[in-house]
Amino acid sequence: MRALDRKLLRDLRRLWAQALAIALVLGCGVMVLVLATGTERSLRMTRASYYDRSHFAEVFAQATRAPKGLVTDIARIPGVAQVEARVAMTVLLDLPGMLRPAQARVLSLPATGAPVLNRPTLRLGRLPDPGQTDEVALSENFAEASNLRPGMSFAAILNGQRRDLRVTGLVLSPEFIYLIGPGALLPDDRHFGVIWMNEDPAAAAAGLTGAFNDVSLRLVRGAVEPAVIAALDRLLAPYGGAGAYGRDRQISDVFLSSELDQLHAMAVILPPIFLIVAAFLVNMVLGRLILLERPIIGLLKASGFTGREIAVHYLKLSIGIAVLGVLLGWGVGWWLGQQMTGLYAQFYRFPYLIYAPGSASFALSGVMGIGAVVLGALRAVRASARLAPATAMLPPAPPFYRRSLIDRLAEGLRLRQTTMMILRSITRWPGRAAVTVLGVAAAISVLVACFFTFDSIDAVIDEAFTLTNRQHVTLQLTRNAPASVAEDAAHLPGVMRVEGAFGLPVRLTHGWHSALTSVEAQGQGTILTRVLGEGGQPLVVPPEGLVLPETLARKLDLRAGDRVTMALLAPPRDTLSLPVARIMRQSLGETVQIASPALFRLMREAPQVNRLNLLVDPRQLPAFYAAVKAAPAVDGILLWTEVRKQFDETINENILRSVIVYAILGILITVGVIYNAARIQLSERAYELASLRVLGFTRAEVGYVLVGELMLLTVLAIPLGFLGGYGFSALISAGFSSEVVRIPLVITRRTYAIAGLIAFVSALAATLLVRRRLDRVTLATALKQRE
Amino acid sequence: MAGAVFHVQSVTKTYTTGAVEVLALRGIDLELYEGELVVFLGASGSGKSTLLNILGALDRPSSGHVLFRGTDLTGLSEAALTAFRRDHVGFVFQFYNLVPSLTARENVALVTEIARAPMRPEEALDRVGLANRIDHFPAELSGGEQQRVAIARAIAKRPDVLLCDEPTGALDSKTGVTVLEALYDVNRDLGTVTALITHNAAIRQMANRVIRMGDGRIVGVEDNAAPQPPTGIEW
Ligand SMILES: Nc1ncnc2c1ncn2[C@@H]1O[C@H](COP(=O)(O)OP(=O)(O)OP(=O)(O)O)[C@@H](O)[C@H]1O
Ligand SMILES: [Mg+2]
Repeated sequence: MRALDRKLLRDLRRLWAQALAIALVLGCGVMVLVLATGTERSLRMTRASYYDRSHFAEVFAQATRAPKGLVTDIARIPGVAQVEARVAMTVLLDLPGMLRPAQARVLSLPATGAPVLNRPTLRLGRLPDPGQTDEVALSENFAEASNLRPGMSFAAILNGQRRDLRVTGLVLSPEFIYLIGPGALLPDDRHFGVIWMNEDPAAAAAGLTGAFNDVSLRLVRGAVEPAVIAALDRLLAPYGGAGAYGRDRQISDVFLSSELDQLHAMAVILPPIFLIVAAFLVNMVLGRLILLERPIIGLLKASGFTGREIAVHYLKLSIGIAVLGVLLGWGVGWWLGQQMTGLYAQFYRFPYLIYAPGSASFALSGVMGIGAVVLGALRAVRASARLAPATAMLPPAPPFYRRSLIDRLAEGLRLRQTTMMILRSITRWPGRAAVTVLGVAAAISVLVACFFTFDSIDAVIDEAFTLTNRQHVTLQLTRNAPASVAEDAAHLPGVMRVEGAFGLPVRLTHGWHSALTSVEAQGQGTILTRVLGEGGQPLVVPPEGLVLPETLARKLDLRAGDRVTMALLAPPRDTLSLPVARIMRQSLGETVQIASPALFRLMREAPQVNRLNLLVDPRQLPAFYAAVKAAPAVDGILLWTEVRKQFDETINENILRSVIVYAILGILITVGVIYNAARIQLSERAYELASLRVLGFTRAEVGYVLVGELMLLTVLAIPLGFLGGYGFSALISAGFSSEVVRIPLVITRRTYAIAGLIAFVSALAATLLVRRRLDRVTLATALKQRE
Repeated sequence: MAGAVFHVQSVTKTYTTGAVEVLALRGIDLELYEGELVVFLGASGSGKSTLLNILGALDRPSSGHVLFRGTDLTGLSEAALTAFRRDHVGFVFQFYNLVPSLTARENVALVTEIARAPMRPEEALDRVGLANRIDHFPAELSGGEQQRVAIARAIAKRPDVLLCDEPTGALDSKTGVTVLEALYDVNRDLGTVTALITHNAAIRQMANRVIRMGDGRIVGVEDNAAPQPPTGIEW
């Protein structure tokens, strides 16, 4: 081994702590990139493969009752490859030992056996035998949560009648990778499942013999989806078609896609921060090292080494650090990616998971990691190559201090001289101070942006549960009913208040833009459900015109006062033109509001309800549940208190996990930056600080000069970090919002406080670590060396 | 023995580096008296700096005792030694040891801020003849001026002892004399016990006593009945 390379290894060993601190910061960037892109790629591949193998449909539509003969017409729509028509309905279940009624989506299986589209994958047992009226297959997660196994039976309320059904098998379906009940936000495997049942009994129960109410299409390659959707809508319109849609509105795929988008955003936003910080650190450390090694460089040059050889020597040192960081990042990223992909299996039910992070994410992160470090090293290395041997061998000129504005400030404040030393050091090397401040600020930004997501979710929960939906229970009625059913419901046990509600699917069109959504009638005197204005204040729905969620208004390019075309996708199926009265805030879902009298006037019908919102005395819930299970008119039940509880639990669990991960990332950046800055300080000032000890300063007083400077920089970094964190949060709020959830830009003081505190404490720990080295310097020896 | 500030009793110092043991001091017995100026002479490696560092509590002896006004320094804790330096000792070294980021006045203020009954920094600087360079940074001062700032810093807290390790070692003869004059004046005006290490035998003319060291021992003590001001000293 050449002597110069041996020196390199020794340097690395000598600088190991600093090198490790940099490598860890760099490793974080590499790790996040590998983790996020690896997980995203694995999930995308799994999804694509599963969709393909199970023939997942591309266009979906629901109707009230369409004759089977229509299927041939649908198949003839240009671009349609395959059609699957079936009967679908929601039913209440009566499971042994379960007080709260569970719900299930019932789907019919064709008489010929397995469906051609959206094929369920058998996990256990078999599909129901054709001709068997009481055999069903169950979605696996629901069956597992309810302890139902093939051969066991349970009761369902079909068309108002209790029927015993026998389980033949457990299945997974591409339609329900993310399985949530109507109106729910998170999977609740105990209370919502899917039942596959032979067509005859299903049609009989739904009163749809010889008809269907749900259709899925697969398209030929090159088909124009919007054209197919329009044609399908035309065919289904006479039969209560509620608007066809593509995968982009298929609820399971929407959730999965938004998750993938979030992973993508994470891979794009986070790694650059770490890589940039690492580059600056390398620059700082290498710059200092080269300054210290000036005589050696001079000697090497004098003995005939070229500037290039010397530059390569120092570049190798930084590449050594980079390789360490990249390897660390790869290893942890690979491992965490596997864990995370596994974690997704909790929420997203695939029959199999492909973990294939792909070499691309490793290659990309490796190149970016090494590139960042080399870029950071370049300036310092170039300076080393340029040094003339004669000047290099001279000791560096002593730092030149000048009196400046801070002197007047200091005199005014009567600062101690040790404090003056701190201030002068900062003003003397403003570049180095700036790197330290920016590095710590970056760490704080990451922390703020991380904790912000919890703030915003809190805000969403608060909005959804405390401000807008204040009912305990929502009952979904089988069919539209006169407003008077509210009075009947008031007699159910424990019911304290009833408010009827009505919603129907609509398509809104404005110029080129069009969106499928639903309109909800806000009755007068409604106090349980409320609408919020843009500023978050409760809003009275104006007597005329629509109230649009802000996001929908933007999508349709609508402002208050504009006119919009609204096609009702349920009887009377009119197309109306009406004004946009107000814009509102809505974080969960997208529904349009209108005053109840205005809607029914436009529909030319008497007021109706298809939903009931209730306040129920919690002590009487068992009796209430029993009554609901027996009520023929109810096919769905949503328990808001339960939804909230489940939401809180899941979020809390995720919060804890993410807080730990992000706090580690923030701590690593802070420690990496401050530790290196402190080591550099120490190497420059050990002698100066030791002479303070000789003058009779205590360890604490001398430590103050070192610790004080870095902590002052940390404190300066805090407001900057808050600002950066706000910026990141704004990016995240824009980038992560999906149709399902909009992420409001809300950052609480607690978030700022925690982020600042974490950075402050880790900076303090890093400086104290270095301060200990100061104590080890023996005074008599320190005084012997000149600089 | 009335008037003794320091009692040094059979002090030895052994440095162990790896397998090698260096006996830097091999049994020193010595007293330093109120108001005297003592010059230490001796070959390189004879243990002068080691002894001075032990007197100033920068280092501890391997055996023996150092009593300062009756207090045994060898029994004190690290913190007490720091307090001892802070309250009683002024140091001047060959390489000035000024804080480069502080001006002359601030370098002195550094010490007066933590001292019990200090002079004003301006007064200390005036004593060493630097009243007009008060706001200069070390880098803007000559070597002799820097050393005089160091002396001002050492005396500003009115120390009981002033320990100087080759204060003129890095200076030419003319500049060296200005530094010695400052030390001589301080000793005479304030009565500060002053111990001064030098390689320059000529300097002994200004001392009350001259102590010669050799190989870790005191090999000779000379009393000087009539100390001369350093003005005429040359080397
Ligand atoms: N930290 C140390 N470790 C090991 N040996 C030391 C140490 N300090 C001093 N010595 C040794 O102790 C002996 C006395 O050193 P000291 O510095 O006291 O000499 P000195 O008389 O001041 O010499 P000089 O005139 O060159 O300054 C020398 O042999 C030296 O090598
Ligand atoms: Mg010496």
